[in-house]
Amino acid sequence: MNRRALASAAVLLLALLVRPGLAVELDYGLEPERVAPDTYVFVGTTEDFDRDNGGNIVNTAFVVTNAGVVVIDTGPSRRYGEQMRTAIARVTDRPIERVLITHHHPDHFFGNQAFADVPIYALPATRRAMLAEGNAFANNLYNMSGSWMEGSEPLPANATLEAGDLEVSDHRFRLLALAGHTPADLAILDTTTGTLFSGDLVFDSRTLTTPHADVDAWLAALAVLEDLTFVRLVPGHGPVREAADARIAQTAAHLRWLTGTLRDAAERGLSMAETMNLPIPEPYASEPLAREEFVRSVVHLYPAFERQVMSRVDVARP
Amino acid sequence: MDNQTMRHRLIPCLLFALAAHASVAAEAPPDPLGSVQWARYYDAYFSDGPVTFDPRVRVFAPERAEDSMQVPVTVDARELGDVREMVVLADYNPIPLVLRFKPQRAQPFISFRIKLQQTSPIRVAARTAGGTWHVGGMWVDAAGGGCTLPSEASSKPDWTARLGEIYGRLWPDDGNRQPLRVRMMHPMDTGLADQIPRFHIEDLVLRDADGSELWSMQVYEPVSENPVFGFDLHGADLTAGPLELNGRDNNANRFLARFAP
Repeated sequence: MNRRALASAAVLLLALLVRPGLAVELDYGLEPERVAPDTYVFVGTTEDFDRDNGGNIVNTAFVVTNAGVVVIDTGPSRRYGEQMRTAIARVTDRPIERVLITHHHPDHFFGNQAFADVPIYALPATRRAMLAEGNAFANNLYNMSGSWMEGSEPLPANATLEAGDLEVSDHRFRLLALAGHTPADLAILDTTTGTLFSGDLVFDSRTLTTPHADVDAWLAALAVLEDLTFVRLVPGHGPVREAADARIAQTAAHLRWLTGTLRDAAERGLSMAETMNLPIPEPYASEPLAREEFVRSVVHLYPAFERQVMSRVDVARP
Repeated sequence: MDNQTMRHRLIPCLLFALAAHASVAAEAPPDPLGSVQWARYYDAYFSDGPVTFDPRVRVFAPERAEDSMQVPVTVDARELGDVREMVVLADYNPIPLVLRFKPQRAQPFISFRIKLQQTSPIRVAARTAGGTWHVGGMWVDAAGGGCTLPSEASSKPDWTARLGEIYGRLWPDDGNRQPLRVRMMHPMDTGLADQIPRFHIEDLVLRDADGSELWSMQVYEPVSENPVFGFDLHGADLTAGPLELNGRDNNANRFLARFAP
């Protein structure tokens, strides 16, 4: 090979390695916030997915143990997962020990591709739901977040876990198998630091979402969280707060207001579209996405209330 | 034939020709929703009367469809008064016509759910007694696929057992409105999903015990599976006794339900 050919090969190689453009522009700007010893949270915005935030609307976290890093949820895209991993490496040079996924909603597990080399644990029903619904989620996310999603595929958990104690070196976790926001919701209490990771069982300063909700189960799960002893709570969405200010009771009150409103509308004979336009009272009206999420919740939950107020009226033809 | 007679005959002919020409060439009035399909639907359905875009035809639907298979729509034209017919279109659906509703003795108000294939205007034209079409509507953003997806029933072996089940309730008149709500078990297949033939409710009519019609409706493929309809019977005389809902689908299945006030 002559000199000139060698030079152009080098330029080509460099171009391939650097790949300027998109990758540089689409930066989530993930900054870990230290909330307790060894414990860091990437706090997302309280918005909906869009092409500006790229889906950075969720809280993810990691705990640095002596045996390695325990990651809690991986975010909304492969890009997010990769940038999360880079940001973790700036805090510690310890390896990723394992990943725990709280539930199967895409903003919590679409970063899994960046952690494919380590065990990714979820509750069995969460893993099944990832397999069943991952592709539909992907279509939806590509629509809403655009190029941020490039290269993202729904990679389900590669291992399952169950409720109980989990010891990872110097940290002892209590895993709670709950449900209600989705068919399986994992809450994680790090008893070593008193940090409770509630996943989306608790929404804080952002209207809760209900696409897979079972409200009665959700209220029961919140009652379990209320009874736990902890120091601070990391919700799935919204700020990290001390236990006294955690929004567990508020999330339960919101659910009760929502279902009470829908039950009342059904009993008055309102249509679904009329129900979507009902006034939203405070404090719910001031929460981000109040109307958007109320409209979505009407679609998810109203049919069951409608059915309750109707009775069988067909008669056999004479 | 003298010139005078000739002229007498020619003038009406010319006038007729002019009128005919005018009706053929009538341009669709500009569409506030900016839909490229409007001119086509105007020619097909509404060019027989004056058309006016009218905020009194109120259409309620979510701006973004959470579920393209079940997009809730409520149409309220009660402010218009004497409405003879309401036509509902989803402009960009492969089958745009959703339903035709004749309110007769019911209020010009109806709610239902539809399948949306893509982001589309949902358009309602209400014809008043004088023949004018009053048109309202709104855009609904949808991820899509609603019309070309199979019904949920088509993948379940036991759906036929529930075909024709009807649930409903007639509320008392509260002085302002009297809701009647109906839910019918029917796959409502559009015929656009692979290997699944068109199968949908075609006609519904509500009569009182004397056989007099309260409303009637033609139902088309875009209406959602297991349809839920809402009506307002406020002001109608229901003293004749229980109401009867009669229905028929395109496979000649017949449906019957009875509502006690």
